[in-house]
Amino acid sequence: MSIADAEGLLAEAMGLVSDAADDRTLDQVRVRFLGKKGELTGLLKQLGALPPDQRREAGQAVNRCKQALEQAIAEREQALTRIALERRLKAEQIDVTLPGRGHEPGGPHPVNRALDRILDIFNQLGFAVATGPEVEDDYYNFEALNFPEHHPARAMHDTFYLPDGRLLRTHTSPVQIRVMKNQQPPVRIVAPGRVFRSDSDQTHTPQFHQVEGLLVDRDVTFADLKGLLADFVNAFFEDELEVRLRPSYFPFTEPSAEVDVRWRNADGTPGRWLEVLGCGMVHPNVLKNCDIDPETYTGYAFGLGVERFAMLRYRVNDLRLFFENDLNFLRQFR
Amino acid sequence: MKISYRWLKGWVATDLDAEQIAEKFTLAGLEVDAVEPVAPPLDGVVVGEILSAEPHPDADRLRVCRVRGDSEERTIVCGAPNARVGLKAPLATLGTVLPGGLKIKPAKLRGVRSEGMLCSEPELGLGEDSAGLMELPDSVRPGEALDKALGLDDKVLEIDLTPNRADCLSARGLARELAALIDAEVIGPEIEPVPAVHSDTLPIELLDPADCPCYIGRIIRGVDVSAATPLWMVERLRRSGIRSLGPIVDVTNYVLLELGQPMHAFDLARIQGGIRVRKASRGERMCLLDGREIDLDPDMLLIADHHRALALGGIMGGEDSGVTDSTSDILLESAWFNPGTIIGRGRRLGLATESAHRFERGVDPALQRRAAERATQLILEIAGGQPGPIIEALDAAHLPVNRPVKLRLARLNRVLGSRLSGEEVAEILHRLDMAVESSDEGWRVTAPSARRDIEIEEDLIEEVARVYGYDRLPARSPGGRLSIRLPGEGELPEQRLRRQLAARGFQEIMTWSFVGEDELARLELLDGAQPLANPLSRDMAVLRTSLLPGLLNTAGGNLRRQHHDFRLFELGTCFFSTGQGFSESRRVGLLMTGHARAEHFSGKPRALDFFDLKGELEHLLAFNRVQGKVSFRPINRTWLHPGQAAEVALDGEAVGWLGQLHPSLVSQLDWPQSAFVGEFDAERLAIRQVPEFTELSRFPAVRRDLSLVVAEDVAVADVIEEMELRGGELVRRVIVFDLYRGTGVENNYKSLSIGLIIREVSRTLKDADVEAVIERVIAGLQSRFDAKLRG
Repeated sequence: MSIADAEGLLAEAMGLVSDAADDRTLDQVRVRFLGKKGELTGLLKQLGALPPDQRREAGQAVNRCKQALEQAIAEREQALTRIALERRLKAEQIDVTLPGRGHEPGGPHPVNRALDRILDIFNQLGFAVATGPEVEDDYYNFEALNFPEHHPARAMHDTFYLPDGRLLRTHTSPVQIRVMKNQQPPVRIVAPGRVFRSDSDQTHTPQFHQVEGLLVDRDVTFADLKGLLADFVNAFFEDELEVRLRPSYFPFTEPSAEVDVRWRNADGTPGRWLEVLGCGMVHPNVLKNCDIDPETYTGYAFGLGVERFAMLRYRVNDLRLFFENDLNFLRQFR
Repeated sequence: MKISYRWLKGWVATDLDAEQIAEKFTLAGLEVDAVEPVAPPLDGVVVGEILSAEPHPDADRLRVCRVRGDSEERTIVCGAPNARVGLKAPLATLGTVLPGGLKIKPAKLRGVRSEGMLCSEPELGLGEDSAGLMELPDSVRPGEALDKALGLDDKVLEIDLTPNRADCLSARGLARELAALIDAEVIGPEIEPVPAVHSDTLPIELLDPADCPCYIGRIIRGVDVSAATPLWMVERLRRSGIRSLGPIVDVTNYVLLELGQPMHAFDLARIQGGIRVRKASRGERMCLLDGREIDLDPDMLLIADHHRALALGGIMGGEDSGVTDSTSDILLESAWFNPGTIIGRGRRLGLATESAHRFERGVDPALQRRAAERATQLILEIAGGQPGPIIEALDAAHLPVNRPVKLRLARLNRVLGSRLSGEEVAEILHRLDMAVESSDEGWRVTAPSARRDIEIEEDLIEEVARVYGYDRLPARSPGGRLSIRLPGEGELPEQRLRRQLAARGFQEIMTWSFVGEDELARLELLDGAQPLANPLSRDMAVLRTSLLPGLLNTAGGNLRRQHHDFRLFELGTCFFSTGQGFSESRRVGLLMTGHARAEHFSGKPRALDFFDLKGELEHLLAFNRVQGKVSFRPINRTWLHPGQAAEVALDGEAVGWLGQLHPSLVSQLDWPQSAFVGEFDAERLAIRQVPEFTELSRFPAVRRDLSLVVAEDVAVADVIEEMELRGGELVRRVIVFDLYRGTGVENNYKSLSIGLIIREVSRTLKDADVEAVIERVIAGLQSRFDAKLRG
């Protein structure tokens, strides 16, 4: 054998390596030249036949060829992997603008969407959520709230009655009584829920939703109520709206007020005053009915219609849409 | 309460215009709903006087009139039947545009030239009487602008009074309020006692003095019931929404509006013996002014004579005791009725009268005599007559008297969060006509008799705040003592449950809490349904016992609106009335219909099936770690497919149901497709397990798959339960990955392929351990279900 033999084999092998189109062919080249019985390996076995002074040089030459071939195979292997990957990536290419797979999303009812926002605001202000039954009796719905029997204020409530004299609550205010009968001040709650009035026309539905708020503690003042409601309204509408309190009458608060918000016209100028809330300082009779001493404690209460807030916030123009449950309507609010 | 701006100004000297007064009232708690002009603009309309009226030569129905208008006389052709010589009527001069848009131009009517138009009430927007020309009183001057002559440059304030402010249901009351708000004087008409010119009286007996402690009567003889009510009175009544009905009734109505005292006038000739104020007897009947004959209840108060009922006290007069065209002698009534005796009675009879409205809210108990004098004075002015003496029946012990109420300055400022001074407070109280007496910590305050709503200190605090102005009181941003009030981690707030369902593709709906009986009966859900005593309609007559009717209605409506793939949920209260009592339950209802996915280019979407809905429920339970072991068992429900209906239980306690709608129900509903529905106890679903750490295994798990054949009626849940039981703690999970029927499996049998994940916490499993588990499992399945392994 000679160095030229080795170099000749190397040249041949290199040609095969660069021609190899896949891993298998490349492997065959490796076995043929570098395997145990491979042709280059075979040259090493013939070294013994050389004169001793040539062995060293020839051995080095063969090893050099082997290394060169090994490296070429490795490089070719990498190249083939890269080509295969490129081919695969090309084959797997999709039109990413085609629509994804899934189903129609769900969503909250717009009234509850508004309610959630209202509750989030009051929760941040430390008001806990309290609930009560929807069927109430006269005591909780009226009497304990200082509605005198036969008072015209009762007639204003258009109450639904059950045959046994119980009734569907006309407001969530009974929750006030239920909470205060169970807990001495400080009381700091909001009571959301469904309420009922037997009234049905363009601007009234026989059921709607209210949030009642109640705070009873030492040194609670009308000023606190004013501040709270102004902050609430502005947080809810994410705007700096003018808010005004106007004297009004509710049997369970004294002084009582209605809260108006100065709405904005489409062009941003101040528009009409809209009534959004009723409120007042808890009537001493209500506190007494719950065994709370009105000389030690004072409190405020407020009530708002969730539908009203939802209509204003999302610019819904017909109250009745909320209970028609047309998906074309509901899906606008998800 | 509607009141004319000019009338109000007659009581209070002020330069404020109607809108400014409305603003004052509204901000003081007397909400003004509207400020409307009493008439549309009537430029060019003047008072005309008909000087002559000749028949039209060529038209039977027309008349040719000479009319004196502004500066000249003119000819006007007119078709009104009441066009007669001497009549004063509105004249629209040439160039005038009437409220309806008609422009007055010279015209030729059947050959006669007409230069203007004589007008009826509706043509001017002043009333409904279209029978003929509007007849103006003699007192107006021809040529005067009509709006000046009638005082039409006026506005009406429509005030929505809260029930506590009965004192403002009159011109006098509103004037006092306005005067207090702007710190002005109340002027008001002079009311002097009218001396009697004869001494005729009749006996008045108060048989129920608690309900009627004061009854003032007065006989006026020889009134002229044909006298015309003066224009100013007719106009004031009209502007307050009351029609003119003749001089006597007009005066009683006028005094009601002016002073707030409801009054009545009887035809004296119809009264036999005298007046008795008494409760109705059982079975008694009477005929009311509106012509209705009614059955009286024993809690109704009557004005009767010695033989029969004459009037329903404080509510409405009787048909045959009132003033008629032939009346000459009258008895005036001015009484005080206890609100408790009036409230609700009118409503019961379907009557809402001005009188009852005032009495049930509380009339000034010191007003009766003054009102009687005022009415006498007005009747004499308009209809003449000879008054007798005032007849007074009074039981003062039963008349309410305002007692002094304590007001402490410190308390006032503590409630309002304000820093008002004693002087400021006292000044406001004086403006409100309160009698004020200083005391240690503040004042003792007595409200005027008209104010029936000042009973406690807070009432006075509100008065002060109101007049001072809510807008001027301070405001303070939220603060105070905070405490942490968070729902427990073991509770799932409804808000979270709703958000989760929405995130899973369910659209929230809100349906009525009331449903029709028929609707529940069709679904066999009527059991325990609570009816309403006064439902709005038949299809809203009972409280819902299930969310199902609402879901079905909503789904049906939306299918008709061409939606075919949707998921709905509602979270709401259901109501049950049982033998033991009444209960409410929060329920969550789900409905899915259509396909598992939206249409997609990659292939036809799969139709939804039972396991989609069940999967949603399982997801919800697992995601929230709802407490309790979940199990399902087949059930039968009228509205569900008998082979695809399940009850779901937590720790063995039923918490709801789910399944496919029964095909017969689907066709009954006339739906193009079926749906999967479920309803669950939302309160039970809200009970969560707070996580607790268990030791992790560092050792690998082993999976063994088994294929076995069992009889068709073997429930897979039972198979899994058996595997878990036999396998013991080492079996971590059981996965059913195939269910097969058909070739190779006998009829009425099914093949199940189940994977077991086996793992030990403390060591690597040996083959022998795994084999032991598998053998136990197989033995158990063989003995309980006669299961056979497949090759």
